[in-house]
Amino acid sequence: MYDVLIIGGGFSGSAIARELSKYNAKIAVLEKTEDICEGTSKANTALAHGGFDAKPGTLKAKLNVQGNKMMDKLTKDLNIPFERNGALVLCFDEKDIPKLEELKERGEKNGVPGLSIINQEELRKLEPNITDDAVAALLCESAGIICTFTLNFALAENAYENGVEFFFNTAVEGFTKKEDRWIVHTNNGDYEAKAVVNAAGVYADELHNMVSSKKHSITPRRGQYFLMDKQVGDTVKRTVFQLPTKFGKGIVVTPTVDGNLLIGPTAEDIEDKEGVDTTKEGLDEIMEKSKMTLKSFPYGSVITSFSGLRAHDEEDDFVVEEVEDAEYFFDALGIESPGLTSSPAIGLMMANLIRDKLNLQEKDNFKETREGLPLTNRMTPEEHKALIEKDSSFSKIICRCEMITEGEIVAAIHSPLGGKTLDGLKRRVRAGAGRCQGGFCSPKVIEIISRELNIPQEEVMKNNSNSKIILGRTKE
Amino acid sequence: MKEYDIVVIGGGPAGLAAAYSAKENGIDNILIIERDNILGGILNQCIHNGFGLHVFKEELTGPEYAERYANLVEEKNIEYILNSMVLSVDENKVVTVMNEEDGIFEIQAKAVILAMGCRERSRGAINIPGYRPSGVFSAGMVQRLMNMEGYIPGKEVVIFGSGDIGLIMARRMALEGAKVKAVVERKPYSSGLQRNIVQCLDDYDIPLLYQHTVSKVVGKDRMEGVVLSKVDDKKQAIPGTEEFVSCDTLLLSVGLIPENEISRDLGVKMNRKTSGPIVGENLMTNVEGVFACGNVLHVHDLVDHVTMESNIAGKKAAEYIKMNKVDTSGKKIQLIPDKGVSYLVPDHINLSTLSDDVTVRFRVTDVYEGAYVDVNFDDELAIHRKKPFLAPGEMQEIKLKKDYILEHQNTDNITFKVEAK
Repeated sequence: MYDVLIIGGGFSGSAIARELSKYNAKIAVLEKTEDICEGTSKANTALAHGGFDAKPGTLKAKLNVQGNKMMDKLTKDLNIPFERNGALVLCFDEKDIPKLEELKERGEKNGVPGLSIINQEELRKLEPNITDDAVAALLCESAGIICTFTLNFALAENAYENGVEFFFNTAVEGFTKKEDRWIVHTNNGDYEAKAVVNAAGVYADELHNMVSSKKHSITPRRGQYFLMDKQVGDTVKRTVFQLPTKFGKGIVVTPTVDGNLLIGPTAEDIEDKEGVDTTKEGLDEIMEKSKMTLKSFPYGSVITSFSGLRAHDEEDDFVVEEVEDAEYFFDALGIESPGLTSSPAIGLMMANLIRDKLNLQEKDNFKETREGLPLTNRMTPEEHKALIEKDSSFSKIICRCEMITEGEIVAAIHSPLGGKTLDGLKRRVRAGAGRCQGGFCSPKVIEIISRELNIPQEEVMKNNSNSKIILGRTKE
Repeated sequence: MKEYDIVVIGGGPAGLAAAYSAKENGIDNILIIERDNILGGILNQCIHNGFGLHVFKEELTGPEYAERYANLVEEKNIEYILNSMVLSVDENKVVTVMNEEDGIFEIQAKAVILAMGCRERSRGAINIPGYRPSGVFSAGMVQRLMNMEGYIPGKEVVIFGSGDIGLIMARRMALEGAKVKAVVERKPYSSGLQRNIVQCLDDYDIPLLYQHTVSKVVGKDRMEGVVLSKVDDKKQAIPGTEEFVSCDTLLLSVGLIPENEISRDLGVKMNRKTSGPIVGENLMTNVEGVFACGNVLHVHDLVDHVTMESNIAGKKAAEYIKMNKVDTSGKKIQLIPDKGVSYLVPDHINLSTLSDDVTVRFRVTDVYEGAYVDVNFDDELAIHRKKPFLAPGEMQEIKLKKDYILEHQNTDNITFKVEAK
């Protein structure tokens, strides 16, 4: 029997798992897909929000600000990229400047440091490529950018290294409460635990509703994005928001930690919890709205577009608590934006609740740091050279757009909770994430996966087990 | 640090021809750097025939054409290294290279020839909405998978883009037993060669849908189909014309982009239209001693043209080495694409470096029958050439005689335009 079963391997689940792995407890994560970071967490704006947006007094506001503050140490410990590039909220009408003031006050109430309002002239100096229509802006110095994938992997891997078990392709189908335990029924059989954590993203309402009479309802809120070539990655240095207008909520233009430019998201409430398709209307809307921010939209530089879902709960706040009428069942529910930023704080808050409930004792051998994958383009030339001395496969380029070597791909396959699919490797080491989107390297990556996992190339998947890439042999 | 007179980046047809030509023009100390494990570049995956009609006066397959040039390079003892990635070139022409054998190392060049080729545009670049299932491929990737690795990606195929790669892959997949349901083209004409439309589609009863677009990818895990729509004059999908076509594979052949990341980092100025370097008649970029040729300069239809252009780059680089510098202080005549012409290569002629006739390559913006191409030296009509058929998919070339240019030294601009019937 487990002490804690965590359902969901996104940020929340992984952050909770990592925080709990500080204690002497038997813990497992049940993930319904084939990999970490496959659901809500895989597609978002990849920001560490300052925390000026959330309503004061909400859990969102509290966890956002706290999570943002935790990012420096966390990203250093886990060896992942993070940059406090700052954020701007653009205002396009003198009449709206009071709204910027309001936002600033709200932020200050939430405890956000480094907020100021800057005029048009200062704005021009900071961001020369934004339109002349912007008359003022709120500057938030504490906002940052982060890699959504590596944060998720790092949290999960570190939890794994500290003893948390992970079960993939394991979808929860129901719960039974016995006196001292929850029995979790899955497509892979039953699991038993003293406590269950529901961190199931857009499905968290369904799991919650299986055990509680107080119902939740989560709406998948879709956000569509354009990802641009690194060639235009420095179009803006800061994350640039738009002050909402009568035409609706704005969109964000931001650099990414890997040097791309990201534009989006839309905000559409949809029905389908797997509805991560893009639509013509959505993509058109981003292009249209980006014109308010950017002097010109870099049409020719789009390398991909994608959609992500946010798990919007009807109560419009994060829910991080033990379910009132289901003892030992804990929800991390309604974790929409700023969920990524808040995840370290969500992990801590939930772990504290469970520690107290189960009276868990701290371990003395918790490994707080994670070495992570040997990523050559994050190394100095000297470090890279030293690595090549030890293993020459770190000088063999496979993905030419992102300059990813064979050594990195092999390391990512064999890492803790390693990647086994094209998408899994793309998210771990960026092979195929570049401007040609795998056009050149996919055949080579398929070959490496096939060789390292000792499976035929036809069995290598894009992501899940229904996503074969090669359907057969040409005739001999 | 090893030193070479000329370092050629890229061992595809452009790089090989440029190196060979430089050698023929008296330079011995040449190194070709190739990122793949074999010389010849993309030609090695082009197992169809039709290569070499101009250069070798016979029809060869891609690998055969590549082999001829690889053999020439071997015979001439031109040095080359394989599996080697150029990381950067700096303004002093120090080339930083990485490979498995030697790790990261630097080479000092006196001249550099850029011949890195091009890459395919991806789905993202053309904004096809829908999920992102497996089964969406660039045509070139499938060409490699099938022709070099022996795998077939799918059984029921729709091809988007009627460029040559798309057309050739339609036939290739049909030959392997796949059902090619349609080739879809947004324009009212193909951007591929006429002969390929006949030999790759007509002969196999594969329909070519003009003025259509793939308006959606259907399927979440593996592709289940595409939605096709008719497009209006602005190439926008017309609502209400959607038609679902089931397929497990979508091949994208929607344009090629020169691979100029190294060039850009080096400070080479680019032509927005071609996405390739701006070069003079000697194919030298704005960075002295750095030349460009082949698909990295502008995307060609025929390898034969790549070879001919690269011969010039090699020769001019050799002249540069022999003179040890280049005098660009002379008068510059600008070449200007006018009505009906989308771009011109070269971009200008430097009278102080002009040593031969100048071949100007260009594309037209539309399909024309029985039109004329006019070349004006300022206001003087210099060439009025009848062209029975002009299409954007077929690169054109017109030679400007050196003597004529020298006789018209006072010219500021040479303008190319199409005179439609």
